[in-house]
Amino acid sequence: MRLTLNIWRQKSPTDQGAMVRYSLDNVSEHMSFLEMLDVLNEQLITKGEEPVAFDHDCREGICGMCGFVINGVAHGPRRGTTVCQLHMRSFHDNEELFLEPWRAAAFPVVKDLVVNRSAFDRIIGAGGYVSVPTGSATDGNSILIPKAESDMAMSAAACIGCGACVAACPNASASLFTGAKISHLGLLPQGQPERHARALNMVAQAAVEGFGNCTNIGECEAVCPKGIQLENIARMNRDYLVGAITYREPQAEAGAG
Amino acid sequence: MSSSATSPARTARMFDAPVAKKAVMALSGLVLFGFVLVHMLGNLQVYLPPGPDGRYALDVYGETLHKSALVLWGARSFLLLTALAHIVSAIQLAQLKNAARPTAYVKQTAIVSTYASRTMYWSGPIVLAFLIYHLLHFTTGQAHPDFQHMHVHENVIKGFSVWYVSLFYIVAMSMLCMHLYHGVWSMFQSLGLAHPSYTPKLKLAAKAFAAIVAAGNISIPLSVLAGLVK
Ligand code: HEM
Ligand code: FES
Repeated sequence: MRLTLNIWRQKSPTDQGAMVRYSLDNVSEHMSFLEMLDVLNEQLITKGEEPVAFDHDCREGICGMCGFVINGVAHGPRRGTTVCQLHMRSFHDNEELFLEPWRAAAFPVVKDLVVNRSAFDRIIGAGGYVSVPTGSATDGNSILIPKAESDMAMSAAACIGCGACVAACPNASASLFTGAKISHLGLLPQGQPERHARALNMVAQAAVEGFGNCTNIGECEAVCPKGIQLENIARMNRDYLVGAITYREPQAEAGAG
Repeated sequence: MSSSATSPARTARMFDAPVAKKAVMALSGLVLFGFVLVHMLGNLQVYLPPGPDGRYALDVYGETLHKSALVLWGARSFLLLTALAHIVSAIQLAQLKNAARPTAYVKQTAIVSTYASRTMYWSGPIVLAFLIYHLLHFTTGQAHPDFQHMHVHENVIKGFSVWYVSLFYIVAMSMLCMHLYHGVWSMFQSLGLAHPSYTPKLKLAAKAFAAIVAAGNISIPLSVLAGLVK
């Protein structure tokens, strides 16, 4: 295959950046998208040019490290697939492709196709945890969890935090990510103690980071490589609203310990 | 880069967080939707024949609504405040949206979303512009060349006999249809109500209600232009 690639090149966070055009010959349809970029980078290095920077780690579709926008679609044309698991057979000969980094104020570009996603880490830090007793280990399976609930929690927990939802959202909202994290903990008995505080704090943190606000458009769900559902955003809204309405200041003076 | 660990005490006071703004949007949208639905049903009385006393149904209806100044102005103030809440949160959310993606994509492709959902920030303001014109046209009369106070039926017939006025009404109602096509479903999601068995049906119902409101209202200028109601 022969491809024309228009790739966003940006030397540093402060550099202006621009689309640069490359043509690439002899692309095998069996290559993954990232392998295709590896081939391009080898050629660039041989020519003494700077290779294209892109994030990746497992290349197995499970770590959430890779991701950029291909022809206007986060992770490219195949549904439920990260860009590392996308193969060149999804494209045709002589196709022209546009590669751009995730675009969001909260995801500043580090270099070329690499963005800084630590805003997600801070959202997790604001409430994506459960408290556990540190004494003796409890019996496994001592807390019963209905199958329907554990299914929903497991589906939400499939989120790998790649950021495609933010990239695809016209509002650059992190609601699908935040909703998934709030759901996967808030649906389980272990997640109940912090349930409402979690929703309040994680939603507040997402706003502090500069993510936009959800208008229920649904592009996030469509590009999500893990099939996280929009219903998780409704659950986030519900937990947030209930939490905000029923919130009480801590009261007991001798309640510590 | 940014501050972390907002305490619950602070966040609980932050009822102005985006999710809460969206709830204001949804609740005010629900009230406005209820109003436009009932208003459309009221408008359809233009098709009723005059009563035994020769008075038009629309005129009698108008008189009924104006019977108590307290009720009339109570309802008007409530609707005005609701509309203000809706518009103010729309402006705030639009500012958030613009700040959240300062650099646009060279290419951005929508793969599943509806046109209506992506154009809420256009259909809303167009409906607002229409609303102002509509009030000046049929309520206060400044935008109506032959306006007669409380002669509702005649005002409607004369108003819609001008083709470009009718055209504007039809365009505006199509915009309202688009707004409700997404909005009537979206408000449930914004308030945290979603379920795999109900949501798809809800989406269908929202589309049907949007179409019913628009079709009912659009039928009136069309019937006047076609000479079906006089
Ligand atoms: C008769 C008039 C109107 C009705 C019945 C109406 C109804 C609705 C409804 C039901 C929603 C959904 C709320 C949600 O998603 O939570 C909505 C959202 C919205 N409306 Fe309106 N609206 C009206 C007028 C306006 C006006 C005048 C504006 C703008 C100035 C506007 C701007 C918006 C915006 C920006 C949204 C948010 C879109 C979203 O989040 O998906 N609307 N409206
Ligand atoms: S590199 Fe790990 S998910 Fe793509």
